[in-house]
Amino acid sequence: MEIQVVEKILQANDLLAGEVREILGANGVASFNIMGTPGSGKTSIIEQTFSRLRDEFGVAVIEGDIATSLDAERLSRLGLQVVQVNTGGECHLDAGMVKTALPKLDLSAVDLLLIENVGNLVCPAEFDIGESKKILITSTPEGDDKCQKYPLMFRLADAVVVNKVDLMPYVEFNRTNCLLSLSNLNPQAPVFEVSCTTGEGLDEWAGWVRTQLGKRKRKS
Amino acid sequence: MHELSITREIVNIALRRGEEAGAQRITSVRVKVGEFTAVEPDCLQFYFTALTNGTAAAGAALAVDKVPLAAKCSACQSLFVPQALSFKCPSCGSPEIEITTGRELYVESIEVQ
Repeated sequence: MEIQVVEKILQANDLLAGEVREILGANGVASFNIMGTPGSGKTSIIEQTFSRLRDEFGVAVIEGDIATSLDAERLSRLGLQVVQVNTGGECHLDAGMVKTALPKLDLSAVDLLLIENVGNLVCPAEFDIGESKKILITSTPEGDDKCQKYPLMFRLADAVVVNKVDLMPYVEFNRTNCLLSLSNLNPQAPVFEVSCTTGEGLDEWAGWVRTQLGKRKRKS
Repeated sequence: MHELSITREIVNIALRRGEEAGAQRITSVRVKVGEFTAVEPDCLQFYFTALTNGTAAAGAALAVDKVPLAAKCSACQSLFVPQALSFKCPSCGSPEIEITTGRELYVESIEVQ
């Protein structure tokens, strides 16, 4: 006997993501799901974003890693509220992990929650974690073909940050090719070319983040 | 590797629906997987065999129907298949398009005894 099911495979995750979205919404918190390759500079972008917005907004971080709390320790030294989530081998964060982490944060003091996903350009794509925006971080030493090789993640992004532009003269990276493929794949996502070493482009990036936060005022 | 989590959900859904129908055994599970998803069908097959072992779905077949990518332009309404990873409308050039198929990820049906 055949039984019609027609049920979304990730329904359980999507329901939890809806709960995360509700909790964050009720607390007036905007949240970014920060995704990208290991070593693309996700943690550095978080540091730089925090240092540019800390006087205007409350910023907190959920750090997703397979193992260790190295990134969380690095960020908490800056005075950020940070919660480490170890996925125990899983290659991506899911909504349940984020929901479990939320009570460890004082959301009444948070306007912007940056959720650093596990470094990976494939697995996090299908897992909604309740974020308001998906941010994709890539970097010049990875090459200019990453968005062609991993199109789904780049297509789903609400903004793309190309990090380490200061290294462009030393690595194989065709800027025109990268920007052209990005504009074909995801014409509506703004692209920010930045360097966390020289500071280039980071004010423009922080400006965009500010517009996403709209009328929120620093809490607490 | 996230196919492990995805297959676990497929098996959970199939077992729950089978139980609700009072089935003794699940003999096959049919899923729809869009072409533009981060899911590798061969990986699903591998994990499916391992995860159904010892359950009412042990030995069941997993049928994966692939759904091709297609899009619709929100400006001029034309339907098209994105070529060479370009998501601009080939008729009017608008970037405002909607992916109509290719993002599916659901359990379509189960066969039970």
